Formats: sequence, structure tokens, C-alpha cells
Amino acid sequence: MKADNEVLKNKITKNLRCLICQGQSVYDSDSEFANSLKIVVDNKINEGLSENQIYSYFQSKYGDWILYDPLFNKNTYFLWLLPLLIFFVGGAIIFNKFLKKQK
Amino acid sequence: MKNKILPFSIIFVFIIIFVIFYKGLQNTNIYTPDSKTIFEVPSVSVKLFNSDEIINTLEIFNSNKFYLLNIWSSWCVPCKQEHPILMELSQNNDLEIIGINYKDTKKNANDFLKDLGNPYDNIIFDNKGTNAIEWGAYGVPESFLINNNKIIRKYIGPLSKGSLQEIKLFIK
Repeated sequence: MKADNEVLKNKITKNLRCLICQGQSVYDSDSEFANSLKIVVDNKINEGLSENQIYSYFQSKYGDWILYDPLFNKNTYFLWLLPLLIFFVGGAIIFNKFLKKQK
Repeated sequence: MKNKILPFSIIFVFIIIFVIFYKGLQNTNIYTPDSKTIFEVPSVSVKLFNSDEIINTLEIFNSNKFYLLNIWSSWCVPCKQEHPILMELSQNNDLEIIGINYKDTKKNANDFLKDLGNPYDNIIFDNKGTNAIEWGAYGVPESFLINNNKIIRKYIGPLSKGSLQEIKLFIK
């Protein structure tokens, strides 16, 4: 159980951006800010919050920018759906060509 | 007709991508924290500095007057710079100043207040820095102007003469 929590904590802190550092995750940083965040993540895991609940908690305090992997919401749906959309449009074009060749 | 749609749509997509990237070039890539978000006072239990009593934050910010929450530490040099401004604001009866003592020892914090004066009506003791996270803070010093359980203004870094004037205008 304890080892599981440690793995989960590492996973979460690797997806949190250390806002006062340059290009470092909370996991990598040893700044005051990051160290406090690690304690908070620990506390939240012990309180029984799920991974996504913890992300939402930090997002509510610091905004989307703190997450390296932003959650799916009204501000980010374009970001998430655009690659899928391009994929399907591309697929449709190829499929069309294929049909034409068959004819 | 059908043959024309494909090249046109490809050109169209490239124009869109070009415009997005071109605009992106002009964006600054330095992250500036959002200091105008209005959100509510978090409800968490905190330890008081003077009495070691554990109470809920909502009990501290219970009336509808203005509060200035100031995160400070004795080891923080910019906190010393902004201290005279806090002392000046503490003269004002319409404003209550609440401190969060961030990652500090009681002895050092008490010495700091003895040397420079104590502007705080109440102090929250936050030796692990977890309380500051509840407020969405980045570090020390940082101040929040609170009214009716809402954070109406956020000051990241030491308070300046300009922020002093702004706070006075708010209280009026």
C-alpha cells in the first residue's frame, strides 16, 4: 500500500509544473514551492483522493498551466480533439481515393 | 470541380497554421501568474502562531470588512522591504492584516517582529508551506486583499507604494 502511494505520488508530481522554476517538474525541483507541493500531494493521497481529483485541486488553485498533461475541459477540448479530427479527415481522403481506384 | 476542392483546402489549412504559428511567435514565453482571478477564501484548518490553537480559516475572515492576507518569513529579504508598508496599513482601522508565517521558526519570526514591529492582527503558522498552497501562492512575500470571503486582489512579490495606494482606494 505504501509503495503504491509512493509510485502514485511520483507520477503526480512528474505531471505538475514547478511554476517558479524553469523547465522543471515538481518532482525534479528542490525549491521551497515544489517541496511544499510534494507534501500537499502526499496529504491528498492519504486523504484518499484519486489522481484526477488531485489534478483538479491544483488546477483550481493555479490554473491549467500547472499541469503538463492538461485535463479535458472547455478550454482544452480543441487541443485534444484537433489531432483526432485531422486523423479522421486524412483517413476519409485516403478512403475516397481508394474507392475511386476500385471503380 | 472536385479536383479543385483538395488543393484549395490544403492551402486553406496551411494559411491557418501559418497564422497561428506567426501569432505564436509574438507571444511572450515568460509565464506571468494571473493576479486578477477572484476566488473564494479556502476553508481549511490552520494553526495560530500565538496560541497554537487550530481553527478554520473561515473563522478568521468572518466579518465583511477588508482583510489583507500577507505571506511572510523572517528569512525573506523582500519581506523586510515591504514591512514599512504593512506597518502603515496597520494604522487603518478598516483593514485587518492577517499573516501567514511561511516555513519559519517561531524564535526567528518573533525576533523579526520585535525588530521591525508587528502589523498583524492574527498570524497563521505554516511551517511546512502547505497552507500557502491552499491560497494558490508561489512563495514569499505575497499578499491577498479579501472582502466578503472573496479574494479580490493578489499581490505577488513585495508590496510597493503603488499597491499601497491601490489598497487604500479599495478600503475607502
